[in-house]
Amino acid sequence: MSTRVSIFVTCLVDQLFPKTGLAMATVLERLGYSIEFREDQTCCGQPAFNSGFRDEARTVARHFLKVFADADYVVLPSGSCTAMCSHHFSELFRDDPAALYQVHALEPRIWEFSRFLLEVAKVDDVGASFPGRVTYHDSCHALRELSIKQGPRTLLRKVRGLELVEMDTAEECCGFGGTFSAKFAELSGAMARTKVESIRRTGASAVVSIDSSCLMQIQGAMRREGLKVQALHLAEVLAGGAQ
Amino acid sequence: MSREAMMASIRESLGRTPGQAISAPPEARIRIPDVDEESRVGQFLAALEALNARTFVAPDAASARQYVASLTLGKDALASNAPLLRELGIADLDGVRCGITQLDALREHAARCDLGITSADFALADTGTLVMFSSVEEARLISLLPPVHVAVVPRQKLLSGLDELFALNPEPARRSSSMVLITGPSRTADIEQILVRGVHGPGEIHVVLL
Amino acid sequence: MKEITAIQPQLHPALDNPKLQLAIYTATGRLVDKRKGTVAEESLPDYQELRSQANALKRHAIDHLDYYLELFQRNVEANGGKVIWCRDGKEVVDFLLGLAKQRKSKVLVKSKSMTTEEIHLNEHLEEHGLEPVETDLGEYILQLAHEKPYHIVAPALHMTRYEVADIFEEKLKIEREEVPEKQTQIARGILREKFLEADIGVSGANFLVADSGAVVLVENEGNARLSTTAPKVHVAVAGIEKVIPRAQDLATFLKLLGRSGTGQPLTVYTSFLAGPRREGEIDGPEEFYVVLLDNGRTKVLRDADKRQALFCIRCGACLNICPVYRRIGGHNYPWVYSGPIGAILTPQFEGLDKNPWLPHASSLCGACGEVCPVKIEIPRMLLELRADIEAEKAAKGEDKLEKLGFQAWARLMSNPMLYRAASAAGSWVLQDAGDGGWASQLPFFLNAGPTKGWLSQRDLPLPAPKSFRQLWKDRLRQPPSSVPVRQQDATDEGHSA
Repeated sequence: MSTRVSIFVTCLVDQLFPKTGLAMATVLERLGYSIEFREDQTCCGQPAFNSGFRDEARTVARHFLKVFADADYVVLPSGSCTAMCSHHFSELFRDDPAALYQVHALEPRIWEFSRFLLEVAKVDDVGASFPGRVTYHDSCHALRELSIKQGPRTLLRKVRGLELVEMDTAEECCGFGGTFSAKFAELSGAMARTKVESIRRTGASAVVSIDSSCLMQIQGAMRREGLKVQALHLAEVLAGGAQ
Repeated sequence: MSREAMMASIRESLGRTPGQAISAPPEARIRIPDVDEESRVGQFLAALEALNARTFVAPDAASARQYVASLTLGKDALASNAPLLRELGIADLDGVRCGITQLDALREHAARCDLGITSADFALADTGTLVMFSSVEEARLISLLPPVHVAVVPRQKLLSGLDELFALNPEPARRSSSMVLITGPSRTADIEQILVRGVHGPGEIHVVLL
Repeated sequence: MKEITAIQPQLHPALDNPKLQLAIYTATGRLVDKRKGTVAEESLPDYQELRSQANALKRHAIDHLDYYLELFQRNVEANGGKVIWCRDGKEVVDFLLGLAKQRKSKVLVKSKSMTTEEIHLNEHLEEHGLEPVETDLGEYILQLAHEKPYHIVAPALHMTRYEVADIFEEKLKIEREEVPEKQTQIARGILREKFLEADIGVSGANFLVADSGAVVLVENEGNARLSTTAPKVHVAVAGIEKVIPRAQDLATFLKLLGRSGTGQPLTVYTSFLAGPRREGEIDGPEEFYVVLLDNGRTKVLRDADKRQALFCIRCGACLNICPVYRRIGGHNYPWVYSGPIGAILTPQFEGLDKNPWLPHASSLCGACGEVCPVKIEIPRMLLELRADIEAEKAAKGEDKLEKLGFQAWARLMSNPMLYRAASAAGSWVLQDAGDGGWASQLPFFLNAGPTKGWLSQRDLPLPAPKSFRQLWKDRLRQPPSSVPVRQQDATDEGHSA
């Protein structure tokens, strides 16, 4: 079994939340994996795909396929980007057998971070500690396209000092939705505020998710609404506390 | 004609030709649970009560008649022509009209009376449902127009649920022009989702299980 | 971006009315909870199998629609009924006008039917001097108020008892009544007379059963039973897609419909109607007609994948769970079908160019697909429609700006050198614009387009001073243990640059 992991940090993490990427690498390294970061990586193509621009999405997806063609494992700190690569690439290339062949060859090697920990590394306790009450936001694509529901919660429950509380709208969309958040700004904002109020009611000091896009939306809205709660990627929590 | 135009358009869209055979449909899904009579009765009564229907388990014919008599006392009632209602002596109770086979008379009485009394062809235990086929014995309006509906059902008619009903009656249209499933009193929640019973159909249902 | 301003005004009314928004959110939330309870493992262990079966049955029936419609017609005729084929709403109106003339009737009682809403049947009949009366309580209220349904299942979901009181007071000229029980009784009294007076009852159809020639109607109030039993003539108006192969298939569909719609294992009344009154039966209609309506459906059939939108059994579950529907409500949708199902039906019926924004008005959260009892892949259909819409726009040369933007973006994202250069430039321009990595406003020259939309609602994260790839390079130069991975103290929010 290979211990070589290639990380795809996603464009959002690369540009806006690099610490999430570093945290993910740290957790994986602690578990004995050697991490490689392929410099040529960019984006999975989802923004164009979701907006209906399939040619443009294919251009970017092809680049992704080229960059990671020979990777043993590709681990992503995002449910949404994982779903794009492992579910929607095959739709994108349905009329292109050669590319489809590459997609199917790569699909089984693409892993969302929390699932990789539980199903490949087979650990639920990474030795992390985090003091305080935390609530978990189910990101839509992880929940509904990848069926990731209990995994991240299992990992969080093993964190020393961490108390996990559920918010009443955990499964309800935060309203990000890519370009939707700007095109339908008021609607997206209204959805975010519902989420913020729900987080407020838990009394948690941090909200955790496995998607930086949701966290960007939630944290942006919490700041605007004056709610002082941390928005953290699961990797950041799991990297916390020395082993 | 529109039929030909629509059919041609449908076939063109589907890429089919007139008279072309079809692939086998998915097998009908009928799963009859193994539920003994005692449990069926328990389920049926619980389901009805949850729907706010009144229930009465009659140990014998006399007590069934007596229960119905307590409901019709001082009221104007219309009974269906179900032989069971005659056998039980319900059709002869004071204030109960029975034996109507003319539509106009039926409409007039059903619209005016306080209480409609019927039997049922089947009942479904899991949902608390009465199954009524329209016939000379059971007119449709008796369970519909009066504000109160009383149904007298022998426990042998109690099926486990929808699957058993459709297993026994794979083609209900062969039996009658109308099969109606009644599950509790008429209700609405159209205004502020507040539950109100007795909108157009009976707001009160009594089920007497023999 | 022209599109932004074009879309936003439409959605304002519901978004600007917090009271209405809360009412919709609460009402749909209640329906969501009820549904959840009745499809849960302990209540319906074979729920997922039933969904798969329902999907397979619908797919089979739609893929062989010509066959099942012919079979249905033969069996309706064998039962003594008639099938009327109508290409559009006008043909339906003409048929009903002829029928009313022949029977010299003026009043038609109607039970709730989305199909007749689709063709504005009431308005057209009224234009010709007839009096169609909606008998479902919610529909009756809306008819009095001259509004279209707000919701597929709960048409007056948006109205309060006080608004109903206003409408009754004004339209019925009665004393003000604000108690829902009493309001219901008022409607019952008025409508009871209409039921007994009307010669023609018009219903929709939840299912058309091919092997039986039967129409199946599902309801709670009893108005559908009355509309189809009391008048001498029953006319069911149904879309051609409503056909299912066998009566036995109802054992599948009925278990799903009530639960998904209102959280009832079965609705109060399920009527299985196979033709006019028969010899020996005491009541029921003398004449029985089924109007099969096309109105664009055969066009939708052309796309073998997207025709699955026609599987819909109109339960409304996707509306109730949809975070968009729950914020904007039913009247912001351009056609009678609202919510996610409306967003995939409308463009297919009315054309991609008519409301191109509609399939885009979704965060793609996928909740609709998860609750659909017949497993319509609504989220995937939204994506397909978005692609179709953009392809059509590109072919016509419309809305070039967004296309150009994505073309430039794709070039950037498939060229690592360009990407790195742009990334460095971005963080250089923006790094000092905010506070702790986040901005609540930006200088005017940056506050435009999508950025402006974003900032109107929430703060914006700014590019990190060093991107991940730069930090990774730094990290490789030193032993990993000395790199701080989480600097919780650096900011009070944590998830920051």
